Amino acid sequence: MSETEQGYYVPDSSPYPALLAGGMFVLALGFALQINDEPVGRWFMIAAAALIGYVLFGWFGSVIAENQAGRFLRWEDRSFRWGMAWFIASEVMFFAAFFGTLFYLRNISVPELGETQLIWPGYRGTWPTSGPAGQPFTPMAAWGIPALNTLILLSSAVSVTWAHWGLLKQRRAQLIGGLALTIALGCLFLGFQAYEYHHAYTEMGLNLGAGVYGATFFMLTGFHGLHVTIGAIGLAAVLGRAIKGHFTPDNHFGFEGVAWYWHFVDVVWLMLFVFVYWM
Amino acid sequence: MTTADLALHGSPHAPPRGLMRWLTTTNHKDIGTMYLVFSLVMFFVGGAMILLVRAELFQPGMQMMQPELFNQLIGVHALVMIFMALMPAATGFANWMIPLMIGAPDMALPRLNNWSFWLLPPAAALLLMPFALALFGVGSGAIATGWTFYAPLSVQDGMGLDFAILAIHLLGISSVMGSINIVVTVFNLRAPGMTFMKLPLFVWGWLITAFMLIAVIPVLAGAVTMLLTDRHFGTHFFNAAGGGDPILFQHLFWFFGHPEVYIVLFPVWGLTPHILSAFARKPVYGYRAQVYAFWVIGILSVIVWGHHIMTSGMSTGALLYFMYSTMSISLPLSVLFFCWIATIWRGAMTFEAPMLFALGMIVLFGIGGLTGLVLADAAADAQYHHSYFVVAHFHYTLFAGGIMGIMAGVYFWLPKMTGHMIDEILAKWHFWLTAIAFNLTFLPQFFVGLAGMPRRVPDYALQFAEFNMLSSIGAFVLGAAQLLFLIVVVKCIRGGPPAPAKVWEGAEGLEWTVPSPPPHHTFQTRPVIGE
Repeated sequence: MSETEQGYYVPDSSPYPALLAGGMFVLALGFALQINDEPVGRWFMIAAAALIGYVLFGWFGSVIAENQAGRFLRWEDRSFRWGMAWFIASEVMFFAAFFGTLFYLRNISVPELGETQLIWPGYRGTWPTSGPAGQPFTPMAAWGIPALNTLILLSSAVSVTWAHWGLLKQRRAQLIGGLALTIALGCLFLGFQAYEYHHAYTEMGLNLGAGVYGATFFMLTGFHGLHVTIGAIGLAAVLGRAIKGHFTPDNHFGFEGVAWYWHFVDVVWLMLFVFVYWM
Repeated sequence: MTTADLALHGSPHAPPRGLMRWLTTTNHKDIGTMYLVFSLVMFFVGGAMILLVRAELFQPGMQMMQPELFNQLIGVHALVMIFMALMPAATGFANWMIPLMIGAPDMALPRLNNWSFWLLPPAAALLLMPFALALFGVGSGAIATGWTFYAPLSVQDGMGLDFAILAIHLLGISSVMGSINIVVTVFNLRAPGMTFMKLPLFVWGWLITAFMLIAVIPVLAGAVTMLLTDRHFGTHFFNAAGGGDPILFQHLFWFFGHPEVYIVLFPVWGLTPHILSAFARKPVYGYRAQVYAFWVIGILSVIVWGHHIMTSGMSTGALLYFMYSTMSISLPLSVLFFCWIATIWRGAMTFEAPMLFALGMIVLFGIGGLTGLVLADAAADAQYHHSYFVVAHFHYTLFAGGIMGIMAGVYFWLPKMTGHMIDEILAKWHFWLTAIAFNLTFLPQFFVGLAGMPRRVPDYALQFAEFNMLSSIGAFVLGAAQLLFLIVVVKCIRGGPPAPAKVWEGAEGLEWTVPSPPPHHTFQTRPVIGE
């Protein structure tokens, strides 16, 4: 059937979107209560997490099943691709807010605090800083674990591309091996980062409260780490599908969507390495 | 779900009925209807709040409420009106009309579409819930900082602010997902022959709106996240003791906040030429010019935010930059205005309700635009900033430009959606009462603002008493007039003279080729657009 005659696949009614919205409502409500010292909030959050988990399995599961049943052809595939591309664009802007904050603080507000001398005489206004009223701390050095982590993430970008080649050339073992390697590298990265955080908190005096250095350091690397975690979960789902025999050389948006996301996370890390750790 | 299972579910069968139909729908018309109904409900919720405020401001002195409640009402009024009345109304139109206008069978990602909608009622519940919790002794009420929640005030505010932050997160996810859906639909689901430069202007307006939303909503999400960690997790983003800066919050907020004005107005500016052209029985003048003007305003919108915070302190160079860049927006905006006027120039005009609202929008929004030019002047802004002049200015843009434009759209498209004509007489009464009461409400506010009355105060000096009384009377008439709107809408849904496919004789476009109301699924085979 040619594309012009083919109808676009509009899915039937689905309970998942409204359930997901409901789960997010309960999660938000529980969180708001929890941080305001209402301990009942945590039970809301646990219930919501269970509901959201159920929805994610169900929703993605039904999309995968529809794809396996041949409902998605090139026209639908293009929608997914555009959708993922614009989603990543919005993620770029999310990180841009935190990078913008870092640049503003380093180049404008901290130097101005150093020049004012009114409330805090003697404050130098140089980076890194925990602020005029902050505690001393040791900034994170770039050329130890962070450099190693850079190497690990860059390698994982290579391995996921290698897996993609395997998929395109119908070498299933290469696809599965490449994905497994990518996930392993992602987990290794997260392990090193957890170690680094632990070290920072226990021995370097570097924590969320360590002035603007601590705040920007942990928010930027923390949100990046969260995205690595999400990407790794996505890769694991794709690995499971690859083992089950899903994906063909001309129908594997699920793989590519996750791979794009992984490369996006990689690029964010390079920015982090340069602007947070190194310079 | 197995393949066999899916084959069963995938076959065409009757959709669920009752509440389940609306909770589970994937149909763009159903979802568009839900957006519009939600918007209408929240319009009255936000309106009721501000009538309480205007009642308090009827006379100098404190009559009805404590200042804390007053502060909560003005902030929640703004958040409700912007995020839950104006934006969902525009998104509802987008859902209804974009697939019809471009010949698409539905939105590109129908389940995502439903998720985008169903995030809104939870967000509204989160925002409003602290009012109720306070009655049971939990917390101190809703967000009390005004809708801009500047640090450091917002760092100190009660738990209502946390609820507002999380509501904004849900609203933001909803907006970004809705925008992605619109962009993908326009990119991928246009009928053959529907090239970009043939897209109806409403679709163009919404496409650029969607780009702006994808660009700026995540920044707002980042800003409120930093606010949340400053409040509860010990960070110092907005606290100078840790090297942070409260002004940073203002920059982040207005990087979102200024494009937000155009996000609210672009859908209206897109639908205005459709209405003008239909009732002047002339083609749209300057189609290309309007598309380019949308692009230029869209791009400028993200680089001019500083004019909202000129008095917060920034270098002279920055002041000059923000002043000139802001004023430069008046050039593409004038292009739009002149194209609208040229469209009706020497047309065979008739003045049905949609046309009245569109023309009223142009005139009154023009006042909002011109007073914006005044506020953009860095030297003058020092006098006007945070006065009632600003309140009057942005109500001329957001009420006259936004809500009156939305109402023009409602009257224009409601017969298409319901299959019944509107009650013209009541609708005309609605227009004239709205236009007059709106001016009675907000015109005096320019003058009290120029005379020095600050905004966001529950009490004021005696010299402002008469104009505030006029303003309050206007507000109550304006509120009552909207009940007429409700009556017209409900009457049109329940019945009325049947509407033909081409509801208005001068209207052009694909949406007027399908019956009124359109069948549940339209364009399942793609129409082909000729030259």
